[in-house]
Amino acid sequence: MTDLSKTDAAVAEPAAAGSPAPSAFLEVRDLKIHFPTDDGVVKSVDGLSFQLEKGKTLGIVGESGSGKSVTSLGIMGLHTVGQYGRQKAKISGEIWLEGKELLTADANEVRRLRGREMAMIFQDPLSALHPYFTIGKQIIEAYRIHHDVDKKVARKRAIEMLDRVGIPQPNQRVDSYPHEFSGGMRQRAMIAMSLVNNPELLIADEPTTALDVTVQAQILDLIRDLQKEFGSAVIVITHDLGVVAELADDILVMYGGRCVERGTADKVFYEPKHPYTWGLLGSMPRIDRERTERLNPVKGSPPSLINIPDGCAFNPRCPYADIPKGDITRTERPELREVQSGHYSACHLPREDRERLWNEEIAPKL
Amino acid sequence: MLTYLIRRLFAAAVMLVVIVLVVFSIFFLIPKWTGVDPATMYVGKASDAAALEGIRQKLGLDDPILVQLFEFFKAIFVGRDYTSAGSTTRCDAPCFGYSFKTEQAIWPVLTDRFPVTFGLAIGAAVIWLIIGLTAGVLSALRRGSIWDRASMTVALAGVSLPIYFTGLISLAIFSYGLGWVSNEYTPIEESFPDWFSGMILPWVTLAFLFGAMYARLTRATMLEVMGEDYIRTARAKGVREMVVIRKHAMRSTMTPIITLLGVDLGMLMGNAILTETTFSLPGLGQAVLKAIGERDLPVILGVTLITATAVVVANLVVDILYSVIDPRVRLA
Amino acid sequence: MRSLGTSRRRSAAASAVVVAALLTTAACGGGDSDNGDGDGGGKGTGFNAAVDKVANPSDKKGGTLKFIGVQDADSWDTTRGYYGFAWNFMRYYSRQLVTPAAVPGEGGLELKPDLAKSTAKVSEDGKTYTYELKDGITWQDGKPITAQDIKYGIERQWAQDVLSGGPVHVKNTLDPEGKYKGPYKDPGGLDAIQTPDDKTIVFKLPKANSDFEQMLSMTSSSPVPKAKDTKSKYGLSPFSSGPYKFKEYSPNKKLVLVRNENWKRSTDTVRKALPGKITVTLISNPDELDKRLISGDYDVDLNATGLSPAGRASALKEHKGNVDNPETGFIRYAAFPQSVKPFDDIHCRKAAIYGSDHKSIQTARGGPMGGGDIGTNMLPPVVPGSDTSYDPYGLAKNDGAANVEKAKEELKKCGKPNGFKTTIAVRNNKDVEVDTAEAMQASLKKVGIEAQIDEYDGAQIAGIVGNPKVVKKKNYGIIVMGWGPDFNSVQGYGKPLWHSVNILPNGNNNFSEIDEPKIDKAFEKFEAELDEDKAAEIASSINKQVMEGAYYLPFTFEKMLTWRSSRLTNAYSTYAYSGQYDYASLGVK
Repeated sequence: MTDLSKTDAAVAEPAAAGSPAPSAFLEVRDLKIHFPTDDGVVKSVDGLSFQLEKGKTLGIVGESGSGKSVTSLGIMGLHTVGQYGRQKAKISGEIWLEGKELLTADANEVRRLRGREMAMIFQDPLSALHPYFTIGKQIIEAYRIHHDVDKKVARKRAIEMLDRVGIPQPNQRVDSYPHEFSGGMRQRAMIAMSLVNNPELLIADEPTTALDVTVQAQILDLIRDLQKEFGSAVIVITHDLGVVAELADDILVMYGGRCVERGTADKVFYEPKHPYTWGLLGSMPRIDRERTERLNPVKGSPPSLINIPDGCAFNPRCPYADIPKGDITRTERPELREVQSGHYSACHLPREDRERLWNEEIAPKL
Repeated sequence: MLTYLIRRLFAAAVMLVVIVLVVFSIFFLIPKWTGVDPATMYVGKASDAAALEGIRQKLGLDDPILVQLFEFFKAIFVGRDYTSAGSTTRCDAPCFGYSFKTEQAIWPVLTDRFPVTFGLAIGAAVIWLIIGLTAGVLSALRRGSIWDRASMTVALAGVSLPIYFTGLISLAIFSYGLGWVSNEYTPIEESFPDWFSGMILPWVTLAFLFGAMYARLTRATMLEVMGEDYIRTARAKGVREMVVIRKHAMRSTMTPIITLLGVDLGMLMGNAILTETTFSLPGLGQAVLKAIGERDLPVILGVTLITATAVVVANLVVDILYSVIDPRVRLA
Repeated sequence: MRSLGTSRRRSAAASAVVVAALLTTAACGGGDSDNGDGDGGGKGTGFNAAVDKVANPSDKKGGTLKFIGVQDADSWDTTRGYYGFAWNFMRYYSRQLVTPAAVPGEGGLELKPDLAKSTAKVSEDGKTYTYELKDGITWQDGKPITAQDIKYGIERQWAQDVLSGGPVHVKNTLDPEGKYKGPYKDPGGLDAIQTPDDKTIVFKLPKANSDFEQMLSMTSSSPVPKAKDTKSKYGLSPFSSGPYKFKEYSPNKKLVLVRNENWKRSTDTVRKALPGKITVTLISNPDELDKRLISGDYDVDLNATGLSPAGRASALKEHKGNVDNPETGFIRYAAFPQSVKPFDDIHCRKAAIYGSDHKSIQTARGGPMGGGDIGTNMLPPVVPGSDTSYDPYGLAKNDGAANVEKAKEELKKCGKPNGFKTTIAVRNNKDVEVDTAEAMQASLKKVGIEAQIDEYDGAQIAGIVGNPKVVKKKNYGIIVMGWGPDFNSVQGYGKPLWHSVNILPNGNNNFSEIDEPKIDKAFEKFEAELDEDKAAEIASSINKQVMEGAYYLPFTFEKMLTWRSSRLTNAYSTYAYSGQYDYASLGVK
């Protein structure tokens, strides 16, 4: 195995589970998050591995139900409270953050990391902010959990943060309630709250989905600027490749709880190696190019995470499932293989067919 | 906030006036429609014409309804003299009518009995809130556990058992059987321990009924709230779980609880009749029960008004509390 | 006399069964409660120990006598109260010229001098009654009670426009036309009562009335000092002439009497006045009342309505020695309004009488103990002239079974061989009466009389069954009711029910609308007859005429089961107050 820490790519093939502590800032190894339900086990995340360095941004892309949000909650240690209710999630694998393994760590220790070392921005700031407390109170609380300061100092800090995220008249708005803010303002406030402790890892879960298109761009710019300023590692989770296009250094495409393609943003955007990624690219609205023939986005619906089909999970929806010989697509699960240096894909399509399809059918239509 | 308050106060006042109008009309029009002379309800066995005429004069029953209504409102502010046959009965302001069955002004009766009912309601509410909220929160947090199942079964029993049943049984056991508590009401100013001893069973019995509802409601709301995004946010900030529950979750859980509490405290007057009868507490419930039995209309009218006022005031307090808890309401 | 009835609310009755069961277990298992204190566990003096004899005779003074009730007096003003228990209780704080003797049962019908030195000196023509007052009789403020005070107290009966509600027998006897307008409008006073001096009072009757002294013995003939008359509010704090005075009164809640230190025992040969203090607690739950009596917390049921069915069962089983079963003087009956067809025909009335199953009605009323013996005629045993063996329709024969044959025979005579339809009117607030009506309905059905039951608002007797127009409109062929004597004579019992002058447009009690000159005449004869034996004969004859007219079906000569606490002394049931204990004689151990 090569010395991965020296490669330029933030994303490298991680070590197998059980290996000694990695040197990467964040490393996830063979993460599995399963929810036992009355109908069966929901395998939301089923063997996911990746690395992330400080100052870099990773985009995790996939449809809803692909396991991307659960992954982020798993990292934060918040996966136990899922929508599946009474039974606790089963989590396995390793999550290393700055040399500390989180899954085996004491729950209280992880709690203290939350908000300080790693922070999160949620999709819908209206529901993610407590409706009964002022913005200021919520930011102050976030700050004072991790800093032993009095309210005055914390308030100053909150105003400072609101100012930094571009909220006008932060002195007054600090005492406003979430419902008194516009959608974009709320998300700015949310970002201010998550960054108040200078976290080293910021996870943004669909940070712009609930916002107007015009506001979306502003928020993305803000995240990018702040990342530069704070030097944190950022994970952006989205179903929309457009969001990560300008933001991410690396992209990880998830499908059915697994990674199907991973590589630098350039590689994934310009030389995608997986039919699912093609589909995602096809459904991406692009302003810079007139399209005469619109490529259909991915047809069908995501697989049930309880009964993930044998073989390739994408098989039922894959337009090219017939190409590989035999019934390998239905019986054997494709492994994540390095198809280029630092570019991984999990697909049974023979290399030649894949190149041909990309070059002849897909790329021209994008 | 201030405009909100003023608006709510004004609405409450209007509501009270409407209630007075409606109640008054009912009590004074129905006898007219049914053809029963209301005066006959005030005289005893003897249907002496002079007695009937005397009552009619005193109460002004021959006056048009609007005049009667005006007299009624006026009496609240300046008092009223009931005069007939050269004999005058003075009813001082605030005069809410005069009972010719017991020869008493209504207002002193109400002020005499209100503390009993009020003490019953508040004491019971404190107990049921403590029991209901604790049981509900614990059940929600330990969903599916033995504790959850046991307390929800007890809660179901509490909701379904009528108050006179639980009341009579608890009296038979704890008062007549074991002699732990008093079966009699003692005014609080006479002896606090005796008052407490006499009130504990009524409180617990009432609280059992209501606490059950509150436990179930708390549990359901808590479960819902714990799934809210902002709870996840709080956790993501690194807030301790205890604080998440106490500060973030409880505050939201309280909203429906307080709404219900406002309605219940008002409606408790209805349950107070049963409870006061079961435990022989000399409160408003007993007064109105007696008054209904004797068709003592002024007392019924007075108690109805004070009950309506209690409901309106309780709702006003709830609305204000609600707006304190939930800032979004202030806009509405 | 106004009846409180012996019934209880139905809803309470259901739960009462549970409570009775619990009470029984509690009583058995309550070994840890101390046995002193005279609680319910203590030994009673014996079943019926206070019927026709005195239970626990004693002269021990002091202690607190504790009454409990579910019904407050309609008024504690002596002029205004009409409840029997109130008249009984009023003797604690009021005295009269004459008053019932303090002896058990029938002996209570005899009148003893009270404020007067002796019973009345009646003139030859029976129209003048003269009393001399005792010396040393005083009000609670120590001032002497004068003849003028007595006159004024009685005159208050005329002020019906202010002081409604009480009995007006003296008023109707002295001033049948109602010429006098009462002391408030006419301070000049009533000419028919004269007070030649402070110690003498003379009554001039326009017409003799053999019951006049009975009327004067009623508490409505008590003295009231003019200076202390608070008119309609007098009942909140009556001025005492008796051994006790009001200390605290909160209507429907609580009444406390304490000794009147200015009452002189030497002037009062009737009232024992043993307790140091008398309290009345008013609650609203009849079952709770029974429980508190049985548990020993209280001594006497103020209302004297008898134990409820649940309390009865428990009391008879565990504490029979604390229970008495006296006559109440009430007759429970059905009346047949003649204005409602086909009850205008005597044969149809007789058909209903014969067709009813008297035994099942008695059972519905609570059986021989709780309800009383099957009624045979319309004169109660407490009234002179009564003879319970007079049974013209054979009601008590065949163990009270219906006489179906006779009933059918009468139906034929009345022209309704296949029966008819009618309505039974019954108060909705008396369960036992509803049960009674149902029993009657069931038995009448067997002879072809289809009766439907109409439960009317029991608080509005006067305006519904007391209004003949309403009765006719609602087709009330059968009215279930009961009656007890205001004073114990055929006049006190039967005149309101049977005399034609008492057919009133509202508040009528002559439900059958009996307008029989022979009966009216007989009453006049009775009132003029000063000889007791002859008067009793007339009473019998009136009763006979009423029975022969088939206006009524008597159900029961009522009895009740009353609780007497173990600490009660000098307890006896008196005819003077419907079989209640004579309150003025009670003491506590």
